[in-house]
Amino acid sequence: MPAGAGSAWAAFGRGTRLIVSVPAFVLLSTTIGFGALARDGGFELAHAVFVTVTTFALPNQVVLIDQLMRGATLAGAALAVTLTAVRLMPMTVTLVPLIKGARRRRLLEIVAVHFVAISTWIEGNRRLAAMPEDDRLPFHLGVGTAMLAMVAMMLTGTIVGYTLVAGVPPVVNAALLFTTPLYFFLSLIATSRSRMDFAAVALGCALTPALYLLVPGFDLLLGGVVGGTVAFLLGRMR
Amino acid sequence: MPGSIDGLPTYLVLFLAGALATEVWRWLGLAVGGRIDVSGGLFQWVRAVATALVAGMVARMVLFPVGALADVGIALRLLAFFGGLALFLLARRNLAVGVAGGAAMLIAAQLVVR
Repeated sequence: MPAGAGSAWAAFGRGTRLIVSVPAFVLLSTTIGFGALARDGGFELAHAVFVTVTTFALPNQVVLIDQLMRGATLAGAALAVTLTAVRLMPMTVTLVPLIKGARRRRLLEIVAVHFVAISTWIEGNRRLAAMPEDDRLPFHLGVGTAMLAMVAMMLTGTIVGYTLVAGVPPVVNAALLFTTPLYFFLSLIATSRSRMDFAAVALGCALTPALYLLVPGFDLLLGGVVGGTVAFLLGRMR
Repeated sequence: MPGSIDGLPTYLVLFLAGALATEVWRWLGLAVGGRIDVSGGLFQWVRAVATALVAGMVARMVLFPVGALADVGIALRLLAFFGGLALFLLARRNLAVGVAGGAAMLIAAQLVVR
């Protein structure tokens, strides 16, 4: 252990505590929705769990099941999923410098980036940046543990949704699904510091729905690149 | 769903079209993120793009939802969304209050409208 083993364990503990948190609850409620969708699509429970573990990005999982339900081919489904997944690249690019630490550990990093998803990106941005240099490695381990806790949450949600969703009233089901965009949006506001951040949130919200109507399939990517570029330029202006 | 899709085993299709199609972008992100200068303009730009992407996804989920949320009218969705935002700000940016409050508003609004 590097200097400060005490603070290392403290950082590790902080990570594990994320199992009882807003993002964990939100993941749980949205995976219930995913489990229900997989069941509607005629997939087995083992399929739903397999997709959650190997993909670990709920919007992509929903797109995958939705495409296959509509009878898409392998190539068609893969294209739709990969377009939804492009967002993970800029998110990973901004998270890796925070988690890598002074000494590179390739295998650990490959495992760590598998758990890059919107919720873990938001929590990483929120919690990692303020950390002092010495606490980088333990903080990385703490975040890794938090991610594992979220995996457990997602698995629970998938299984609960798959087996029990028939008993959930639609009114409650809608509210559970609603927690995802609300949590994402409030977290973006909570982590925004600069004019660039706020502009990126506003422009993304305004552009993407319009692009969804004009060029469905490319709306997220275009909205992100155009909105992000304009926000970046606005942030540079005096 | 039968044991195969498009003539291939279901698990193979789920892995190729789901996991692999997703994971390549994380690997690319790791390759670029490992050598990028955090204080430079490129990093700031990527950060802005990532933020706008997530924000755009939020707007799309609220305005054009799928599943059970699609059965709730747009006026109720927007009411609960901005209601949750207001509660979040009133509670000094408390995430739990904002998210739980917005969800509770959506349930209440659906019961009132019916």
